[in-house]
Amino acid sequence: MILIVDTGPLAVIEDLGRPGLAHLGVPPSGAADRASCGLANRLVGNDEIDAVIEVTFGGLIIAADQLHWVAVTGPPTQLWIDDQPTASHAALPLRPGQRLRIDPPVRGVRNYLAARGGLQMPKTLGSRSTDVLSGLGPAPLRRGTTIQVGQPTGSLPGIDVAPQRVPSKDLEVFPGPRRDWFTGEAWARLVSEQWTVSADADRIGIRFEGPELDRRIAEELPSEGLIRGAVQVPAGGQPLVFLADHPVTGGYPVIAVLSDVSADHAAQLRPGDHVRFHG
Amino acid sequence: MSRRLLDYGPSALLLECEDLPEALGLLPLLRGEPNIDEVIPGARTVLLRLNAHVDDAQRRRLLTMPAMALHETESAPIRIEVDYGGEDLAEVAKQITSTPAEVIRLHASQIWTVGFCGFSPGFAYLQPEHDWLHVRRRPVPRTRVPAGAVGLADSWSGIYPREGPGGWQLIGRTEARLWDVRRPSPALLQPGDRVQFVAINES
Repeated sequence: MILIVDTGPLAVIEDLGRPGLAHLGVPPSGAADRASCGLANRLVGNDEIDAVIEVTFGGLIIAADQLHWVAVTGPPTQLWIDDQPTASHAALPLRPGQRLRIDPPVRGVRNYLAARGGLQMPKTLGSRSTDVLSGLGPAPLRRGTTIQVGQPTGSLPGIDVAPQRVPSKDLEVFPGPRRDWFTGEAWARLVSEQWTVSADADRIGIRFEGPELDRRIAEELPSEGLIRGAVQVPAGGQPLVFLADHPVTGGYPVIAVLSDVSADHAAQLRPGDHVRFHG
Repeated sequence: MSRRLLDYGPSALLLECEDLPEALGLLPLLRGEPNIDEVIPGARTVLLRLNAHVDDAQRRRLLTMPAMALHETESAPIRIEVDYGGEDLAEVAKQITSTPAEVIRLHASQIWTVGFCGFSPGFAYLQPEHDWLHVRRRPVPRTRVPAGAVGLADSWSGIYPREGPGGWQLIGRTEARLWDVRRPSPALLQPGDRVQFVAINES
């Protein structure tokens, strides 16, 4: 069992989410940075589908009542076991009575904590993920919450430490379905100008500030499906990138779509970051 | 032919259809197609999430496969009882230059078809047979709309599955549970389903 001693600004349970239910209005949800979530699980010998804690801007403190192997991934950050500094991106034994603390990352936003055996929370529609848009899944973690840990299913991997990945601010984009609703200059601006991450950034999506992206077709778009990484341009002309808890349909044109890898990197952007999109 | 297949990044395609009935008529066929993980209907499109490359032959098939006529897929309409006493009934009547009683009659005297879902789990966008109730959204959305509220926006009707903010014109309320994760099928209404509203407060 793991005890949540402190949560930091936001700590939520995530796994690979609820794909396949978008036609019922259910967002995919799941870890915002899927690569980091997968690595945390692999470092402690878990299945890819096991649930982890997604920690936003550090501040999570957990305590163990028995020996638990844990690993923290995501942007490089400092960990502490009691008062001893220790490394992220490695499997660590957390012994009974010890506390693990995660500092806020210097760059990036979200770290992932996996425990060997996987975090056991009730599933909703096949997933343990907290979905902040729809309210499905467990509530965000609170101080004093206890989480059961499952039985290990695989062996610990034969490595001590994995490489750390510094979040990239160069994001790869592909044309979206409504690129032709925008002027040619709008696309040129999207892939050449610098964009600033606004304060409006969460698990649902990230709004950017920069030059206006002008429409060629001004009519209203009948609602159509959205995917993670879709770059939508609402009224006002400033782009918005959707992350894991995105609405399943939207009524503004999608000009571009991030690659899967870049969607993971986008989940590590923080307000004020400068970003470039490469087409 | 006006059906189009639009690139949606590296792992999805958007099939733009002639209209909603065509999109709905293609759903069962698209769900049986290889290389497609997920089929997500919109107002006149179907988003296809891919798990493998779609080659030219399959692209041609997606563009030319005849849609099933909706009467081949439909079953009996789902009846939803509505207490028509919504706060915006008078406003809706004003917008269509009619009376509240006529708004109720127009809403309950035709079959509505679920076009797609969105906004929140279980929220179905219902398309009418006749565009009799075309209304503007509220200029300022309400911060709190109760679960079960029945609303109108543009030509759509919808029922709020849970309490939350919303900008649709509210004309009534139902006790029907639109969304319940404890049910084997949590959404009461799914794309392609047909709905008959029934007034329960007629005097």
